[in-house]
Amino acid sequence: MDFLPPDFSPAYPEIFLLVMVCVVLLADLVAGENRRYIAYLLSQMALFGCALLTFITFSAETTYTFSGMFVDDAMADILKLMVYITVAAVLVYSRSYISVRGMFTGEFFSLVLFATLGMMVMISASHFLTLYLGLELLSLSLYALVALQRDNATATEAAMKFFVLGALASGFLLYGMSMVYGATGSLHIADITQAIQSGVISHEVLVVGLVFIVAGISFKLSAAPFHMWAPDVYQGAPTAITLFIGSAPKLAAFGFVMRLLVDGLGEMVADWQGMLIILAVMSMAVGNIAAIAQTNIKRMLAYSTISHMGFLILGFISADTNGYSSAMFYVIAYVLMTLGTFAIIMILSREGFEAENIDDFKGLNKRNPWYAFVTMLLMLSMAGIPPMIGFYAKLSVLQAVLSAGFIWLAIVAVLLSVIGAFYYLRIVKLMYFDEPVSNEPILPHGDVKVLISVNGLAVIALGIFPQMLMGLSLYAIQNSM
Amino acid sequence: MLLGFPLLSLVIWLPILIGLLVFATGGDRNAPMARLIAIIGSVLGFLVAIPLYTQFDPALSTMQFVEKHVWFERFNVHYHLGVDGISMPLILLNCFITPLVVMAGWEVIRERVSQYMGAFLVMSGIVNGVFSSLDTILFYTFWEASLIPMFLIIGIWGGPNRVYAAIKFFLYTLLGSLLMLVAFIYLYQASDGSFSILDYHHLPLPIEPQILIFLAFLLAFAVKVPMWPVHTWLPDAHVEAPTGGSVLLAAILLKMGGYGFLRFSLPIVPDASQYLAGMMIALSLIAVVYIGLVALMQVDMKKLIAYSSIAHMGFVTLGFFLFNAYGLEGAMVQMISHGFISAAMFLCVGVLYDRLHSRQIADYGGVVNKMPVFAAFFMLFAMANAGLPGTSGFVGEFMVIMGAVKVNFWYAFLAATTLIFGAAYTLWLYKRVIFGEVASPAVEGLKDISKREFAILAILAISVLWLGVYPFPLTEVMHATVNELLMHVANSKL
Repeated sequence: MDFLPPDFSPAYPEIFLLVMVCVVLLADLVAGENRRYIAYLLSQMALFGCALLTFITFSAETTYTFSGMFVDDAMADILKLMVYITVAAVLVYSRSYISVRGMFTGEFFSLVLFATLGMMVMISASHFLTLYLGLELLSLSLYALVALQRDNATATEAAMKFFVLGALASGFLLYGMSMVYGATGSLHIADITQAIQSGVISHEVLVVGLVFIVAGISFKLSAAPFHMWAPDVYQGAPTAITLFIGSAPKLAAFGFVMRLLVDGLGEMVADWQGMLIILAVMSMAVGNIAAIAQTNIKRMLAYSTISHMGFLILGFISADTNGYSSAMFYVIAYVLMTLGTFAIIMILSREGFEAENIDDFKGLNKRNPWYAFVTMLLMLSMAGIPPMIGFYAKLSVLQAVLSAGFIWLAIVAVLLSVIGAFYYLRIVKLMYFDEPVSNEPILPHGDVKVLISVNGLAVIALGIFPQMLMGLSLYAIQNSM
Repeated sequence: MLLGFPLLSLVIWLPILIGLLVFATGGDRNAPMARLIAIIGSVLGFLVAIPLYTQFDPALSTMQFVEKHVWFERFNVHYHLGVDGISMPLILLNCFITPLVVMAGWEVIRERVSQYMGAFLVMSGIVNGVFSSLDTILFYTFWEASLIPMFLIIGIWGGPNRVYAAIKFFLYTLLGSLLMLVAFIYLYQASDGSFSILDYHHLPLPIEPQILIFLAFLLAFAVKVPMWPVHTWLPDAHVEAPTGGSVLLAAILLKMGGYGFLRFSLPIVPDASQYLAGMMIALSLIAVVYIGLVALMQVDMKKLIAYSSIAHMGFVTLGFFLFNAYGLEGAMVQMISHGFISAAMFLCVGVLYDRLHSRQIADYGGVVNKMPVFAAFFMLFAMANAGLPGTSGFVGEFMVIMGAVKVNFWYAFLAATTLIFGAAYTLWLYKRVIFGEVASPAVEGLKDISKREFAILAILAISVLWLGVYPFPLTEVMHATVNELLMHVANSKL
């Protein structure tokens, strides 16, 4: 039998990134202590190169390669482009933060890039093993990143929790996958769909598998009741790492859910719909209510993330293009807001001082009106107040929920988001109504200054003109279903 | 002449852009500049709104000055503007009040002047957007966006308990409006993908959804009006807000609630409106009678006027749900007139507060001896607040009472008690503050109003008297629209 080499072209960005990670590691080794910026520049170049490759090879066609284990479709390309932009922004935001804390090392950059590679593989997987491979590559890099400051006790503790719970979640997921494999006899997503469609598969076995898969997904999404790790990890990890964990991986998680539940187990929508409703309502309730009691801003944002994930899950409930594209729009909007918020926390921190308490936002309007304004935009966007993008994201998800006929669910969601508005408003209140506790000047680097401004203005500009991202999400989903 | 010229867009965006310009003047070193740009901007905002009145065709009941562009096609949302006889007077009122508010804060606001002035201008543009949006998502965007400047105005420049009041104000209104949003999305599904308010006016709906939609709207608008029993945020917000904030809140923001009933509740769910009219009338009468009695007991001047606002707005909602021309037009006149009178009352309290830094009635007494000109103005506005014939306060209340008599004598009877209670709490307030012996050395040291304050109060006094003696220019423009609305409501949508 002849050996036919697989078509590598759909995976060019992944291959390129893998090569570049090795280059970053080697270059950093050679460059030595004083020229760490080389690793930084190489990483940015790697992301830019990936973006270029993805952009050039972009097409609305769906192509499979590696014996159907890897897929390249419109959704994958668009999500990947978002991931590159997010990771590049993360690197810009965290550069000065990590350099004053002794983390500006080749390891940081190579781990971030490995995590990025993991996300890309997850997004493009069309086989349970590929999915799992990408997920583990992402997770293991994240565990290591959290523990990067090895003398920092809280960070190490957070890494430990993250690792143990993450491993447990992976176990759940694998167990669920094995049940599905046992029932259908395949790990190929396309084959699984076909097998389920044929109707001869034992429904009970599939449902048991599904329960474990959904539990695993909820762990990764940090949806209640599997959210326990998020507050501890968000709080314990260095802020730059929290920023990374809170942003790009959510895009990948969205892709993951799409591949697993929609592409793979789409036939079982009647079974997972109910589970997702419970997850969504619990996440919104737990996230919004617990966030009120927090005094640590990172912990508060962890709970806020949990509630946002609940809203994101709502998008899947209608189980149609409309709903999925709303969820995709929501996750992009969420990432944009998270990036800006953590960036602000980082510029408020300085050497030897972490801006971790919400009280550190006191009087920001007096210290620097522009950053206070940007933070206000971000907070109001998270609370879902128009004309910020967060509102249009909520609008599209609610619209999908109502189109599926769940009026009560929409009402529960809006009532819980009123509770959520309180703690976002509290930040605005601290910035605008209170006197500053410190008058330390806020002096971010030029690139950070520009990027934060762009990020803040994007929250309002993309809100006033939401068509672009909405249309992009719709296009991605329509061309991948 | 103005055909095709985006006049409404100008009326909305000019104040917002100038407001942003005022923000850009930065710190308090440039305060004079900020004040100057703000006053020019607000006057310009009023001037560009005047053609809305002069070019308005009062014979038409349809939307005028219409602009329609696609905003985002994903959900078929349009940037759709237009005004009719209901919204146009409200826009003019808003543009008229804004320069007065800017002037009222001219010397008093010394901290973060540019942010204060800018917030009012942005607010003015946003409110114009609320009154002229014909697309629900556009409407909702302006509606919610209006919370942000007001939240900051109360929270930054307000009194001691401002944080509590600001957050209460924000969350109360947000809760109401989010349910309205759910109703909008429901209507979007029911109308096969349209967010246009005018489409909803002709959308047939069964009675159960109509009632649910009515209740969702009710929560949003009742909180804004505010109606009893969701009024509790208003006294807090008023007491803590700076004078300009109180004026804006009473004169303009409360009207957003009233406007909502006319634009949404009555025409979109007419059957539910008729069905639940009894409840609405009951709530309105409770506001008129009970809140009138509550106002009588207040020891804080601003709180007293806040409660009197709630009672007067009770007349507005009463008028809406009588379903006759007297009631509806009376309610509209009452809204505009209350805009002038409440603005004037809060400005009068502001004049006293700026001098003595107290709102307690007990701290005053004998002010007339020291501030005769002020006392004369305050007298006029107090009389108008009590509904004295010849002032604008009388016209609206009288028309609503006329409308109520046609429906049920007892409605009219209860509503008419306001003429007693209103006179009682306003005149008693006036007597305690203005007349009598000079109460304290602080009052002894009072100076009469400055030219700036005189100008503001004189403009309002003229408006109050003009509307009281000759309301025709106002009723003329709303006549066709009101009749059309009444006919529309009379047709069942079942």
